Amino acid sequence: MANSTPVKTRPAAEPARPASMMAVIAPAAGWLLPGAGHIIQKRWIRGLLLLVSIGSLFVLGLMMQGHIYKPNGGDILDILGFIGDLGAGGMYITTLAMNWGQGAIAFAIADYGTKFMIVAGLLNFIAMADAYHIAIGKKR
Amino acid sequence: MTVQLTHFSAALVFALFASIVFGITHRETTRDMLRYGLYCFAMFLGGALVAGWAMWLVRR
Repeated sequence: MANSTPVKTRPAAEPARPASMMAVIAPAAGWLLPGAGHIIQKRWIRGLLLLVSIGSLFVLGLMMQGHIYKPNGGDILDILGFIGDLGAGGMYITTLAMNWGQGAIAFAIADYGTKFMIVAGLLNFIAMADAYHIAIGKKR
Repeated sequence: MTVQLTHFSAALVFALFASIVFGITHRETTRDMLRYGLYCFAMFLGGALVAGWAMWLVRR
């Protein structure tokens, strides 16, 4: 007896796209300068908006006398703070080189500033992933 | 140079910039990006206001 249930067929696999250098360069550029991964792929407006948003968050955090975390192996929150700050890439390196953001957190707004800089770094990780997705053709 | 923001203006600035990044990175089309960005902004600010009033009620 013939089976009347429809046979499930797998959708044809998408043709593999060749791995391009852009898939490496875009996230790296985005890490060094927020939004640069989008700008070098001609997503000008998105790139500029990311640059302004992430850059402003980081700079405001610094101007609010937030604390910047250095590489450390101590408290788990300090390690996570360092990972968040590291996402800001070039801005983080510049801040460390200029020895900014090294003061003690003396008041509430300075604590907000610390969080602003951590979140700026984490948002930049998301922007880097987005630049990578554009580079591999997963997103327009 | 230092900046002194109030608690609310700090929340406002945070919500604005985080929403822009979320909108751009989480949606495909410009229209969807705008809608999702506005949604995130409303949720960030609304959440802060609700949490603030909840803490005020708890404190009473």
